[in-house]
Amino acid sequence: MKRKTRRLYMVLVGLCALGAVATIVLAALEDDIVFFFSPTEIMEKQDIRTDQRIRIGGLVEADSVKKAADGVTNLFTVTDLAHSIKVEYKGILPDLFREGQGVVTEGYFKGKTLIADEVLAKHDENYMPPEVADALKKSGKWKEGEPLTEALKNGHVPDADKAKDY
Amino acid sequence: MIVEIGHFALVLALGVAIVQGVVPLMASSVNNRRWMGIAGPASIAQFLLLCVSFAALTHAYVTSDFSVLNVANNSHTDKPMLYKVSGVWGNHEGSMLLWVLILATFGCAVEVFGRNLPTGLKSRTLAVQSLITVGFLMFILFTSNPFERLINVPINGNSLNPLLQDPGLAFHPPFLYLGYVGFSIAYSFAMAALIEGRVDASWARWVRPWTLAAWVFLTIGIGLGSWWAYYELGWGGWWFWDPVENASFMPWLAGTALLHSAIVVEKRGALKNWTIFLAIIAFGLSLMGTFLVRSGVLTSVHAFATDPERGIFILILLCIAIGGSFALYALRGPSLSGGGLFKPISREGSLLFNNWILTTATGVVLLGTLYPLFIDAIDAGKVSVGAPFYNRVFIPIMTPLVILMALGPLMSWKRTDAKAVLSRLYLVYGATLVAVVLTYILKGDDGWGGYFGMGLATWLATGVLWDLAERIKLGRTSFGDSMKRLIRQPRATWGMTIAHFGLAITIAGMTGAGNWKVENIQVMQFGEQLDVAGYTYTFESVRDVRGPNYDALEGTFTVHKGDKYITTLKSENRHYDTGGMPTTEAAIYTMFLGDLYAVVGDKSGDGYVTRLYWNPLVAWLWGGTLLLALGGVVSLTDRRHRIGAPKRAQKAAATEGAKA
Repeated sequence: MKRKTRRLYMVLVGLCALGAVATIVLAALEDDIVFFFSPTEIMEKQDIRTDQRIRIGGLVEADSVKKAADGVTNLFTVTDLAHSIKVEYKGILPDLFREGQGVVTEGYFKGKTLIADEVLAKHDENYMPPEVADALKKSGKWKEGEPLTEALKNGHVPDADKAKDY
Repeated sequence: MIVEIGHFALVLALGVAIVQGVVPLMASSVNNRRWMGIAGPASIAQFLLLCVSFAALTHAYVTSDFSVLNVANNSHTDKPMLYKVSGVWGNHEGSMLLWVLILATFGCAVEVFGRNLPTGLKSRTLAVQSLITVGFLMFILFTSNPFERLINVPINGNSLNPLLQDPGLAFHPPFLYLGYVGFSIAYSFAMAALIEGRVDASWARWVRPWTLAAWVFLTIGIGLGSWWAYYELGWGGWWFWDPVENASFMPWLAGTALLHSAIVVEKRGALKNWTIFLAIIAFGLSLMGTFLVRSGVLTSVHAFATDPERGIFILILLCIAIGGSFALYALRGPSLSGGGLFKPISREGSLLFNNWILTTATGVVLLGTLYPLFIDAIDAGKVSVGAPFYNRVFIPIMTPLVILMALGPLMSWKRTDAKAVLSRLYLVYGATLVAVVLTYILKGDDGWGGYFGMGLATWLATGVLWDLAERIKLGRTSFGDSMKRLIRQPRATWGMTIAHFGLAITIAGMTGAGNWKVENIQVMQFGEQLDVAGYTYTFESVRDVRGPNYDALEGTFTVHKGDKYITTLKSENRHYDTGGMPTTEAAIYTMFLGDLYAVVGDKSGDGYVTRLYWNPLVAWLWGGTLLLALGGVVSLTDRRHRIGAPKRAQKAAATEGAKA
């Protein structure tokens, strides 16, 4: 084989490999990314896809946290103060999960209920997840820095400015 | 007073750093050796000043001096001493101070251990290193001063976030920083080489130990973080593909590529341009990691400060460092002469392939990390890219790398007969096949991940051992002779063997923990028994206990296998006196084949919600990671790193000889 032909082959092999990687990445991006919605956006959607992982964020509604009959499934609603979504989560809720606190949950929809397999409450009690802050701002019920006590009778006042760092 | 000394030392360090950054560069452009020499003493002075500064802040923490804002925000008198000290870097300001201290430490180490470096290269390297310090010192002094005083001194502090009051996390940041920042030396060397316009074998030999040291620290740092997540977050996971984890993983991938490409420069004089490029990328990714983590642009399970001013400052630093170095690279890179031609199938070829894959992997992680930011920026919705994406993409990308890892060391430099290499490996094929079949028989048909992963791990492990056997001519000469050869193997070979074998163990651990985890969540009452993966858990009791600065609910389980008593597990849910979030301490009993893992949750009716896991082969994960780091350390002690590079040193010796 001549040097030029060999170089051509090398380039071709390289391009094929690159193409393969790009295909895998694009396919994975198409299927495996998780979309984030606020409760209002979910309500506005006509059809909620049940085969797509969805992440929703908001506040855990006051007095909404209950245990199902099996004792380990938690039922609660996540609200952006305009609309609420029912969530079911089997397992131990994170330590910082409280009513009135910001929460992000992820899973698949079954009807109008999100069957969550992941519940994220943030590591610091003064901290509001940016996604939640966004959802609340979008619903028009809350502005940055404004206390939430009016809307939520219970618990802490989430304050996005006071985020503790580490 | 001590606090003011610390602050003053910090300002002085900035002055010294400016001098060290500017003077040697100017002097070396006119080849004034006397002024170039200023870099050495300056680097030591800078290091000592930053030590004083760091000691002053530590003193404030240890004595709980709440007149300092930073201490008041992050410490408390009744914290155990370990966490008073680790509190120094358990916050933004203090951790940045640790960052520059480590930058200066590496600079100082180059001065102290780099006696045989040519003056020009050394002073330029130290100057570039110092310019980075200047940037970060300005960042600290202008946006995040740890020595800021409070006018109204509080009686007690706010304490450290309870999640961070943990031995694993006490040492996680320093190790991670030693790794992150350690790549700055490779970067500075690369910049110095570009300014000089010279990259040769001796350059690679000088750079490699520093890269290796940084890589070892980063490996340990990432391992500690992962270990902490495993036992502290209470759901038994060890890697979440969280953007903050990715921020440390990307420099690790790029650093691993750099380690391997530097070998080719050192041994064969090829891939010079590429190695310089990787050195820039590795440190650039470290800087980007700092930016992403510190600026709050990322949403993650970690809670971080969202201070736009700080973010913009680091972004500017990032642009200068990366933009500047790429400009220099574009200017000087093409003039670096290549060398050492090789065929695609050869040791160099396999190392190049390693580099392609590692950089592709880095690119994929970068894409996954930045994609949500990009989508958000163009207002196309909010998305998150998590574990499913990476699992799908990473396995096909990394598999060829692991396959080649067993073959690469068997190939000779320049050109290799692939058939000859492949035909010698019958034992490796056999072992891999046995592993796949055995896994299939033992674990049944629960997805291909299990036997695929175990096959891959066995392939790599036996391939590594085969390579060692060939090196010592096992079976081809007398056994005694083989042993002699074994002892005489260079440390670098040992390092490679240990590290590659460690990766095989880690892959086995990942496969086990990822595929065969058993998880049971239920309500249990006292005395109730439950079988999890063949182990019988008995829920004994729950009681209140008191720790140094927290109250805890302690749940107790006894575990039996058949009639045999295995262990008693005690998990804790802690509530710290200073408030903050409650934390979970999972009860873990580690065995060779897996971990027993138990967590007690809330009260539910008459019983408690409990979570019981069987986490198979988790110990292999940590063991493998330790072997990776150990391999790096062993390789670091190789003779050639102690002796130094031959080429330029010989020239220097010759001129000295002529003088004498």
